[in-house]
Amino acid sequence: MMSDNLKKQSTTKNKQPKRYLKLSGLEPLVLSENTNFVNVGERTNVAGSKKFLRLIKEEKFEEALDVAREQVEGGAQIIDINMDDGLIDGKEAMVKFLNLVIAEPDISRVPIMIDSSKWDIIEAGLQVVQGKCVVNSISLKEGEEQFKHHAKLIKRYGAAVIVMAFDEVGQADNYDRRLEISKRTYDILVNEVNFAPEDIIFDLNIFPVATGMEEHKLNAIDFIEATRWVRENLPHCSVSGGVSNVSFSFRGNNPVREAMHSVFLYHAIDAGMNMGIVNPSLLGVYDDIPKDLLERVEDVVLNRRDDATERLLDFAETVVGTAKESKVDLSWREESLQNRITRALVKGIDQYVIEDVEEARQATDKPIEVIEGNLMTGMNVVGDLFGSGKMFLPQVVKSARVMKKAVAYLLPYIEEEKLKNPQADDDKGAGKILMATVKGDVHDIGKNIVSVVLACNNYDIVDLGVMVPPEKIINAAIEHNVDIIGLSGLITPSLDEMVFLAKEMERQNFKVPLLIGGATTSKAHTAVKIDTQYSNAVVHVNDASRAVTVVGDLLQKDTSVDYKKNIKLDYESFRDKFLSRTKKKEYKTIEEARANKFKIDWATSEIIKPNQLGIQVFEDVDLKKLEPYVDWSPFFRGWELHGKFPDILTDDVVGKQAVELFDDAQKMLKKIFDEKRLTAKAIFGLFPANAISDDDIELKSEDEKYIFRTLRQQLKRREGVSDFALADFIAPKTSGKQDYIGCFCVSTGFGADEMADAYKADLDDYNSILVKALADRLAEAYAEYLHKEVRMNHWGYSNDENLSNEELINESYKGIRPAPGYPACPDHLEKLTIWELLGVEEKIGVKLTESLAMWPASSVSGYYFANPEARYFGLGKIKEDQVADFANRKGISLEEATKWLATNISDD
Amino acid sequence: MKKNIQEELQKRILVLDGAMGTMLQRHKFTEEDFRGERFKDWEHPLQGNNDLLSITQPEAIADVHRQYFKAGADIVETNTFSGTTIAMADYFMEDLVYELNYESARIAKEVADEFTAKEPNKPRFVAGSIGPTNKTASMSPDVNDPGYRAVSFDELRIAYKQQVEALIDGGSDILLVETVFDTLNAKAALFAIEEVKDERNIDIPIMVSGTITDASGRTLSGQTAEAFLISISHISILSVGFNCALGANQLVPHLEVLSAKTDFAVSAHPNAGLPNAFGEYDETPEQMASQIKEYVEKNLVNIVGGCCGTTPEHITAIANIVKDVEPRTIAGS
Repeated sequence: MMSDNLKKQSTTKNKQPKRYLKLSGLEPLVLSENTNFVNVGERTNVAGSKKFLRLIKEEKFEEALDVAREQVEGGAQIIDINMDDGLIDGKEAMVKFLNLVIAEPDISRVPIMIDSSKWDIIEAGLQVVQGKCVVNSISLKEGEEQFKHHAKLIKRYGAAVIVMAFDEVGQADNYDRRLEISKRTYDILVNEVNFAPEDIIFDLNIFPVATGMEEHKLNAIDFIEATRWVRENLPHCSVSGGVSNVSFSFRGNNPVREAMHSVFLYHAIDAGMNMGIVNPSLLGVYDDIPKDLLERVEDVVLNRRDDATERLLDFAETVVGTAKESKVDLSWREESLQNRITRALVKGIDQYVIEDVEEARQATDKPIEVIEGNLMTGMNVVGDLFGSGKMFLPQVVKSARVMKKAVAYLLPYIEEEKLKNPQADDDKGAGKILMATVKGDVHDIGKNIVSVVLACNNYDIVDLGVMVPPEKIINAAIEHNVDIIGLSGLITPSLDEMVFLAKEMERQNFKVPLLIGGATTSKAHTAVKIDTQYSNAVVHVNDASRAVTVVGDLLQKDTSVDYKKNIKLDYESFRDKFLSRTKKKEYKTIEEARANKFKIDWATSEIIKPNQLGIQVFEDVDLKKLEPYVDWSPFFRGWELHGKFPDILTDDVVGKQAVELFDDAQKMLKKIFDEKRLTAKAIFGLFPANAISDDDIELKSEDEKYIFRTLRQQLKRREGVSDFALADFIAPKTSGKQDYIGCFCVSTGFGADEMADAYKADLDDYNSILVKALADRLAEAYAEYLHKEVRMNHWGYSNDENLSNEELINESYKGIRPAPGYPACPDHLEKLTIWELLGVEEKIGVKLTESLAMWPASSVSGYYFANPEARYFGLGKIKEDQVADFANRKGISLEEATKWLATNISDD
Repeated sequence: MKKNIQEELQKRILVLDGAMGTMLQRHKFTEEDFRGERFKDWEHPLQGNNDLLSITQPEAIADVHRQYFKAGADIVETNTFSGTTIAMADYFMEDLVYELNYESARIAKEVADEFTAKEPNKPRFVAGSIGPTNKTASMSPDVNDPGYRAVSFDELRIAYKQQVEALIDGGSDILLVETVFDTLNAKAALFAIEEVKDERNIDIPIMVSGTITDASGRTLSGQTAEAFLISISHISILSVGFNCALGANQLVPHLEVLSAKTDFAVSAHPNAGLPNAFGEYDETPEQMASQIKEYVEKNLVNIVGGCCGTTPEHITAIANIVKDVEPRTIAGS
């Protein structure tokens, strides 16, 4: 009875004009007739963004939040969140990510669009968001009953809904079907479910045009006209859609796509489309579209001529042509001198730079003016483009190559000028920066990239190379009177070296800022351990683009004092936050952790005896064999191009650059293979072994006993989760079963330094860095290849395995090959045992530095565990009780153990 | 009853009661009083469990309701602010939740009926009070783990559903989801209410009252007044408003937002000012009434009453101010 009354009242209300779609995050969003088109951010969608998918897969939720934040800061008024991917638990990821989003007021101020094709994910999302969301989407696809059921729940959860124009028969792909389905769903929702009509948003299916298929010609105009009909005939509802679909057939031709999006939106908005997903970087301004292109695009979108598609296709080729002209078109050689120099720098073309620089030299009084004038003008353009994300790292490094060649050509003239005119000051650079990889560490790719990029920005770089002892850094800094010191390191012991250097700089009363970078460094470590040692500025910088801004700010005369002060304060507050955060973590005692170790049922677990026990050496493997095993994604990441290979090659943003880099890499690989420039060596051994205590593994090689000490997780986690140590994967002596273990070292780095140095001497940093990066990849590939050989032949526990390279990269194989210094066994000390056991240095020549880094740098070493239940894990932080126990077991002092395990010891 | 209260709302500004806690404090009940005969051997301390007094000191509760009706209230709230399994877990009394709510509603309804019988032209109503519980569904209690939640939507929904069923069975005329500091908790309560309405095929008016925590002008979970309003407007409610945390004066700008943006009735039951240095509310009935006058002059409210620190004297003063005043026009009705 009451319900009827209510309905009557609400129908009376219906007759009132103007009911607006109202959504909320922490703040309201009301779509009135005065609201402009509402743009939905789509980067937090695993189906649409490869980067976001990678972050979610790798559980990098902090970075995933940054993606959301950037969208909101970039103007997205709603953020669409989608976790539909076969390889992630969508429901868990949705809830976890939403909970984190909700905790960030700068993101959660906007409403959220919960996007999934799975109802349980949608419902889980609706249960954690306080604001009024949009559900994306439901449809009649699975029939009316389910549609009504879901709609009723959505209403009850207090969300608006996107209804796809889809029914039991299929997707609406023409005008009439769009009308039919939208009318039917509207009536069901409003009359049967009592859904507020203003909370209904229709997605009327945007399909591509100009595909060449006759039946696709009307795709855009049908959508636009159906939108008009819906807005006029179904009161109060909204219309939305994913705009980029319309230009699908022009993938790769962004100028045309941008124009198509603008044109389509212009007409669709006019027809009443009031929200949608548009990639802002692929959207031109309608008024800025060149007339000829506009006409052809409108012909296609509005289907104005029969030959519209052909005409646009023809025209598109000319548009592509102009975008790619550089390869063949030399008309730029006709332009002014400055334009030519700038272009050579921006495009990284070194062919003509000497003749252009010579022309410039003749036109100026002093040769130095060519550097300060023409070349710097060009490099400033490079800097601006890089800073605004329009150029990518590999291009900048190529620019640097051109710059270096030009400067080298000018140097003799500059020297000559100096002799003639000795009083002229010669130190006009923007600043001098010392760069070094610290003692005991051999990794320098990142350091070299940062050096090159800084050099591009007119800084003088004093590069001391790798394995630089602290006294040498200090002396060089004094001798060269540098303005900044930059330290790099990849392995964990390098962190201590950095701390030591900071102390030393403080003791010697240094004032210059200290930059910290490298894979193992972090803002947290810098703030907590390094910043506290040095009273002047210490900044953690982990990518080349940030290095430029940071160095600029540090050396900018008028603002540097304030900047340094702020940096100091920033690190102090970061430190306080970090320390108060880590305090809350709880740990088990080592005994408790051991009691909760990972238990394999040794009575039933299948242990396979290796086919060949003992040590084997491989010299001079054919490198070409390794190529298929290369994991390319980290290679691109090293060049700050983010994305998964091979998808990265077609990525909207970095695809073009990735293809170019990949091309260069292929050429370099061919050179390496054909000219046998690198030598690959490997050694491995398989041995009988048993765990002799909870955490120690004993093995026998030629009657000699060796013991690997492993470390165990101590962080308190949820119940039912074991506390792992590698020793858990080897049968204990008490089981009465004989188990086995392996260890290995591979290197592809012999020859890499020589090759890289030769390029460097030729002023070609780009290829120098490329060689080292490729040698690293080949070493990883060799480790992968050798592991496979061991699994299938030498050990032979997995001789029927047939995995693709992608599956290998995803570690789908049985057994593991953890490496000392990496998450499961962050302790580098065990490398010493491996070296002794296998005779690595004597047999294949790979050395260990005092910090236990491997030299040549492109080397990989580790263990083999074959048990099918063996898995990778991260040790995390451990407590002093385990450190003391470890020292005791290993027979080293507590002090020494603490030094090697420092980064893994909890501060709490 | 819905129709009844809707009709009354057209005619005048309705008066809600004042604080229950403040009135009970006057009795200075001891641990023994809280326990009564029935819970004398309960294993856990019970002092402070005000909701329990509906069972152990029913007369005291009935008396508070009586005093508020006498003071001029049209609606009294049941003594069930903490009547969910979630809040009652503090006292290990989860199993008593149904009885507590049922009894509280029954007592209030009995007193209301007494007054309605005496004054049929001024019907009195019982609002089943549904508090926020002591947990939040969209905030983490652990600053180091922002993704953590101490309670889930489903846990809240189930707890609220129990409370709602008992409040209705006990005779509540209205359900009042109040002191909403986390909108997601309120949405779980509203979800539960809709389920009960659906299952029983009944309708019952719902009042929703949020809490703006401080001068930031937002709820504890961070929403602005308008965002809060939008987030709870998906079902047809009787009224939306604010209570607690702030005094009458500080509530004005937020009531202005609600009043301008909603078609529902608007309610307010502020505290007796802001707490002083001793945590006491010391705004006098006259002071409070003079500020409520501003609500009336600005035509902001349809229902008004008091929260922490208010007494029957405050309610009398408020009732006098709103008497014979035209209520805020409720759009669409």
